[in-house]
Amino acid sequence: MTPIVSAAGLVKHYGGFTAVDGVSFDIAPGRCVGVLGPNGAGKTTTLRMILGMTPMTAGSLSVFGLPMPAAGRAIRRRIGVVPQADNLDPDFRVDENLEVHASYFGIDAATARARVPELLAFASLTERRHARTDTLSGGMKRRLTIARALINAPDLVMLDEPTTGLDPQARHVIWSRLSALRARGTTLLLTTHYMEEAERLCDELMIMDHGRILDRGSPRELIQRHVEPEVIEVRAGDTRRFAALAERHGCRLEAQGDSLYCYGHESAPLLDFLQQDPALVYLHRPAGLEDVFLRITGRDLRD
Amino acid sequence: MRLMEADWTLPQPGWGALAVWRRNLRVWRKLIGPAVVLNFGEPTLYLLGLGFGLGAFIDTMSGMPYLAFLASGIIASSAMTTASFEGTYSVFTRMDVQRTYDAMLATPLTLDDILAGEMLWCATKAGFSAAAILAVAALLGVTGGWEALWALPVAFLIGLCFGGLALVVSAVSSNYDFFNYYFVLAVTPMLILCGVFYPIEGLPPAMQAAIQVLPLTHAVALARPLVAGLPVTDVALHVAVLVLYAGAGFYLALALARRRLLV
Ligand SMILES: Nc1ncnc2c1ncn2[C@@H]1O[C@H](COP(=O)(O)OP(=O)(O)O)[C@@H](O)[C@H]1O
Ligand SMILES: [Mg+2]
Repeated sequence: MTPIVSAAGLVKHYGGFTAVDGVSFDIAPGRCVGVLGPNGAGKTTTLRMILGMTPMTAGSLSVFGLPMPAAGRAIRRRIGVVPQADNLDPDFRVDENLEVHASYFGIDAATARARVPELLAFASLTERRHARTDTLSGGMKRRLTIARALINAPDLVMLDEPTTGLDPQARHVIWSRLSALRARGTTLLLTTHYMEEAERLCDELMIMDHGRILDRGSPRELIQRHVEPEVIEVRAGDTRRFAALAERHGCRLEAQGDSLYCYGHESAPLLDFLQQDPALVYLHRPAGLEDVFLRITGRDLRD
Repeated sequence: MRLMEADWTLPQPGWGALAVWRRNLRVWRKLIGPAVVLNFGEPTLYLLGLGFGLGAFIDTMSGMPYLAFLASGIIASSAMTTASFEGTYSVFTRMDVQRTYDAMLATPLTLDDILAGEMLWCATKAGFSAAAILAVAALLGVTGGWEALWALPVAFLIGLCFGGLALVVSAVSSNYDFFNYYFVLAVTPMLILCGVFYPIEGLPPAMQAAIQVLPLTHAVALARPLVAGLPVTDVALHVAVLVLYAGAGFYLALALARRRLLV
């Protein structure tokens, strides 16, 4: 099967700065692929290159088997986009936003009008269909943007940080809509820095930093490959004796502020020790994507 | 400005331009009340105020009643200002502030389509404003006859010309204040110098020669005799100048907008 997206050696320079540094990947049809990376990793730039909105400095790219940028129009006809920053049209009401966007795809007015009610229902915006877009909450705007991205019945939907800045309720609604899309077989490519989002939605993840893809795999594979299965976080108390004990047990230790993270395989003896000292506050949990992410991209602040 | 680094690929606008044009028309229809007041109100004030006020002292100018002279000039200048405002403030709002172009560029539309649609829209609005003034002028009985309707396609062409130039300004602006330079240094001087209010033959010869490079001079030279029902001279020259400005403006604006948006 031809991949939906096939990128080889994509590079983007801004002056002397390298934003994307030779990334190669394929996206198979029907998959949900997440790009996970800190701010400035090059996620948005990569998506923009796939759309032909950012010319690439080097590399080659084919989408739906068509060459980018030569077939830009034909490629974009089959993609739906949810950009990082909202760009709904404030000159139009909610339903008009969908109709007008449809016209950019050459979809005739009658067809567009027929599609709108279903999309509004999908986005739970039927009641607000006559509202001005600047009266919508952040979550509603995102849902409308997702509905707008579906107006052309796309084969690929790209979402750039679809839930950043939303409250938990709004985020969960978006997740359920994206799951529904996935279940329909739509190929999804999304960027995020929420581990929970990546873990829930994505079949595959690409971890990106400094313009490079550092690793790729399913969430479970990445966890197995990069971190020990169990974590003990010690948050308060005198950790020196505990650290010595953990080290003897072959644990990997990381300090961050007042906390000590202990990654290992057999935690029972360590937990016995921690329970004997009431001054030690700790949390014992299975390792997750966040641990992988921090292991691979480091704990330094990015902006 | 490192112009050579811009993408100078020849423009290839497609049918998508009409989608952009229709989008703007749809917004305009929502605000048709204020638009009509502006289109009719302003020129009516000018014509009645200046036409009758100055007309009381000036019998005829260039062989026509002053009111006819003024009306034909204002048709051209109003096409200029209408297209210039649309191509600066409104276009900049969509290009930068509202990110409308970002949303469009994620669809099959290209920047070529978008700017072509914007330019057609600038010209359409110029045509609307000319039609309003023409109607007022006809009511005042100062138009030559049905040939005066030729002023409408001419106004459309004037709109393309000044729409193209305004797009260039928008493509290099960082904020709305920048447009003050363009209006003070280009639009207003043309309004005053290019024969809208008085015949350019009264200007010193050197100045007459200089203003031949300004598009409004040629816009007025076309619109005036058409409205007044007099024979038009040098049609090819005047049309060529306007077409040249329109084409060059569009191409330059496109290259600059590509450099600004497709990064
Ligand atoms: N137009 C631009 N000019 C210069 N640098 C840019 C431009 N766009 C992005 N960058 C830089 O490229 C890097 C990657 O940006 P981006 O792809 O937006 O990262 P992400 O989406 O992963 O946060 C960042 O350091 C950013 O500052
Ligand atoms: Mg980004």
